[in-house]
Amino acid sequence: MTGEITNLVAGVMPRFEGYVYPNEAIPHPLWGFLIVLYPYITGLVAGAFIMASLVRVFKVQALEPVYRLALLTALSFLLCATLPLLFHLGHPERCYEIMMTPHFTSPMAMFGFVYAWYLMAVLLLELWFDYRHDLVRWAKVTPGFRGFIYRAFTVGVTDESPKALALDEKLGWILSIVGIPSAFLLHGYVGFIFGSIKANPWWGNVLMPIIFILSAVVSGIALCVFVYMVLTWTRRHTVDMRCLDTMAMFLFYALVVDATVEGLDWLHRGFAAEEGFSMMQIMIREKLFYTLNLGQVAIGTLLPLLLLGSLQLLRRRVPEPVRRRMIFGSAAMILVGVLAMRWNVVIGGQLFSKSLRGVMGYKLEFAGVEGWFMGLILLSLPFIILTVLVKLFLSERLPSGGHTPPHSVTSDI
Amino acid sequence: MKTQFTRRGALTRLGGVIAGLFTLSAARAARAAVQKVLVSSGAPKDYDPTKHKWLMCIDVNKCIGCGLCVEACKKENAVPEGPYFRTWIERYVILKPEPGSDQTRGETLVDSPNGGMHGFPELPFPNGRIEHSFFVPKLCNLCKFSPCVQVCPVGASFDSPDGAVLVDPKYCIGCGFCIQACPYGCRFLSPVTHTAEKCTLCYHRITRGLKPACVEICPAQARIFGDLKNAGPDDPIRKFYENNRVQVLKPHLGTEPRVLYAGLDKEVR
Repeated sequence: MTGEITNLVAGVMPRFEGYVYPNEAIPHPLWGFLIVLYPYITGLVAGAFIMASLVRVFKVQALEPVYRLALLTALSFLLCATLPLLFHLGHPERCYEIMMTPHFTSPMAMFGFVYAWYLMAVLLLELWFDYRHDLVRWAKVTPGFRGFIYRAFTVGVTDESPKALALDEKLGWILSIVGIPSAFLLHGYVGFIFGSIKANPWWGNVLMPIIFILSAVVSGIALCVFVYMVLTWTRRHTVDMRCLDTMAMFLFYALVVDATVEGLDWLHRGFAAEEGFSMMQIMIREKLFYTLNLGQVAIGTLLPLLLLGSLQLLRRRVPEPVRRRMIFGSAAMILVGVLAMRWNVVIGGQLFSKSLRGVMGYKLEFAGVEGWFMGLILLSLPFIILTVLVKLFLSERLPSGGHTPPHSVTSDI
Repeated sequence: MKTQFTRRGALTRLGGVIAGLFTLSAARAARAAVQKVLVSSGAPKDYDPTKHKWLMCIDVNKCIGCGLCVEACKKENAVPEGPYFRTWIERYVILKPEPGSDQTRGETLVDSPNGGMHGFPELPFPNGRIEHSFFVPKLCNLCKFSPCVQVCPVGASFDSPDGAVLVDPKYCIGCGFCIQACPYGCRFLSPVTHTAEKCTLCYHRITRGLKPACVEICPAQARIFGDLKNAGPDDPIRKFYENNRVQVLKPHLGTEPRVLYAGLDKEVR
């Protein structure tokens, strides 16, 4: 049969089957585990922000207890989002060139700007407007270094008049509205980095940015559920079941939409069966069997759909402790499943030759910049930052005005 | 609305077009001049890239798979040892269909041991089973719409006005995006410089009136190299055009390669 995978390459390493272009026969894929983490972390940022905007823009009051936590989660992950990219560069010392002399047709260059916009103009500002009043009050009652930090974060703006506070609310609300398309843009651009590669049939796909955005929303809400439950457990508080049930509901609906669009993508790929489809079949059946079928589809999608879906139908009949465990389990599984999805996209796209005549293998190693130990460090870094941020800005010892309920916001505008 | 054609109007339009054409060429020259100052490309100072348009043609029927071009390229450009190639040769072996099979052809076998640098091993089956066998030299396809240049985040990869696609090694950040974007597998991340590298058409040679190393050494004249802007009627590149119907690799991707092949088969990707 013509086009069948063959192997005539003399002395080829066992990592390869069939024919791969000589430049592709490198020991490790060009983009390794670090680049898997990059869209994963960025997605968590975008998703957590969308979660926060449900409170601020869409006025879902039940989610009030997690509003600030979601924003702080988004910030701690955003601060780490570019680290995997940076460590992976051949010349990290030249990274500033992306911002200094950007090439405007490059999705990666534009991502730099979208990232900077999102961090500086959206997330930090929204957090500042939301926290300003509290910071002023905390600065007055907190002594020492901690008090100095609060004072520094007020940037000298200590006006507590009702007019100033109303302006804070209004600007925060506007930023939140601007933030939604910005969050979509942030992760859409990550999807576009892969979706724009027409050379690679596994990546080059118009649906890629949309799939990335939807999976980001799912993973971000799951992360908020995870972080919220861990925080309440460590602080020995009771979980606000109204809030948790609402998060589970949004998680379920987001997952339904995400699974539908991803299913549509596969349906389209299978139906069109363009050049390279035989390679995709090999990926699904062999190369990515466990991470795709087990990780992404079973653990990341079907099981959570089943658990969360049944909760939507039978919520009142399921006792609270069971519900808590089911929701926590679903969130954890989704977090694993979305990581598997990023793996399947990034690594999967490099497991076959662009000659479409051969496949490569990849074994994640322990050591090295692209090893899983490094990945683990990079993944735990946002959680460490979040712990510090929670200690500073969600402290139980300080009086918090919290976020003003959204209905009073609208009356000001 | 009725449009009136007046002599003055027509002259103004004509003047505008001529002025536009002059400005365009001046702008191109200015861009090239700026590039020459800012970019390290290996070209001499008096070289004007706007006065050339380089083109590479490959006659698949002539290639004997000796691998001299690959070796010459490695030496001339100090290409690192190992799986790093600016040019390489692929051997295609298309077998006859099995007796009684409903296929038009048998299996297609492709190999390129060490980029074909030291030739190819003998085939493990008798000649009687082979329907077609041929060698395909590969190199940067000099795309008119090059995806590698499009995705470079800092502009280190760029299209030179003379048709060469180059990488500025002092500027490349080594992100590997261009390597992923090249549909032809022509780029690699150098383990020495940690930047993207590719065929430059031996830019340091062609800008001094020499041919690329692979063209210079080819004993079968399978590689034909020329300058479209300065090609006379008897130039080998014109002759190649006249005598062959040409194809490009992966035309469906819309990259418009400027490496033209004669004698390709559908199995070549």
